[in-house]
Amino acid sequence: MALHDSHSKAHQDAPAQASHEDHGSVKSYVVGFILSVVLTVIPFVLVMKGDFSKVTTLWSVIILGLIQIWVHLKYFLHLNFVTDEGRANTFSFLFSALIIFMVVGLSIWIIYESNAMMMY
Amino acid sequence: MNTVTATMHTDDHAHHGHHENNTVFGFWLYLMTDCLLFASFFATYAVLFMNTAGGVSGKDIFELNFVAVETAALLVSSITFGFAMIGAHKQNRGAALAWLAVTWLLGASFIGMEVYEFHHLITHGHGPQQSAFLTAFFSLVGLHGLHVTAGLIWMTVMFIEVSRRGLPEQTVTRLSCLSLFWHFLDIVWICVFTVVYLMGAM
Repeated sequence: MALHDSHSKAHQDAPAQASHEDHGSVKSYVVGFILSVVLTVIPFVLVMKGDFSKVTTLWSVIILGLIQIWVHLKYFLHLNFVTDEGRANTFSFLFSALIIFMVVGLSIWIIYESNAMMMY
Repeated sequence: MNTVTATMHTDDHAHHGHHENNTVFGFWLYLMTDCLLFASFFATYAVLFMNTAGGVSGKDIFELNFVAVETAALLVSSITFGFAMIGAHKQNRGAALAWLAVTWLLGASFIGMEVYEFHHLITHGHGPQQSAFLTAFFSLVGLHGLHVTAGLIWMTVMFIEVSRRGLPEQTVTRLSCLSLFWHFLDIVWICVFTVVYLMGAM
């Protein structure tokens, strides 16, 4: 009986506790959403208006995209270095990011260099 | 509460928390491998996008206004899924179901727009067989679209599950996995609109 009681108690407690700690609040979702909207609108306007040089626009778009990815990871996917779960997720993500950097970055480097070589 | 119950409570609690974490963490690891799949498609696109075989390039076919609306639908669906999760954690079945329905509609309109775009391109003679650029474009954007479609199917299943069984711990865990999947797809879409559409239309 005691086991059963504690069991059902745990059931009630677990979601309530967790929702405050690492599942985000209305506020954090709204903050993340507003930041994302700003970070999406700016690059679209930059490219559609075309007021700046191509190099400036290109780097702005890339940097704003990276910032937006960070915003999503923090406010929507709740990655952090504080809770155990957050740490495990964050480190596995950082490892994937390293692999992606090697796969994508090095492929582009190799192919563009070989293109440049073939010009001569 | 006596000591024995207190101890059992702690053990039980730790056990449940651990189990849920393992499931969600395992799903997160799957998403990381999915990241690598997308990364290889992005690498392919980056390598092939200049090879238009004398046909259209991104500048000729991308409609940024259209893409902006698609992006808005997906971005809004991220926050509505967030609200569904908050409802689920508060054991509020009505709120969870309502926000899931809104998220589903936004996701479905995104897919509808993407299907329209693909159909439009193919009927105008810019199908995936025309050039390496178009093959890479259709593969990358289509892979993302397939994932969103899978997410919609999964969301339909979860909607039925929540409306029938309510929100026991296991169902909330499943919803947490779907929430990770959905937010992850939004991150992939940031990369798609930045690399494919914005850089392509520049």
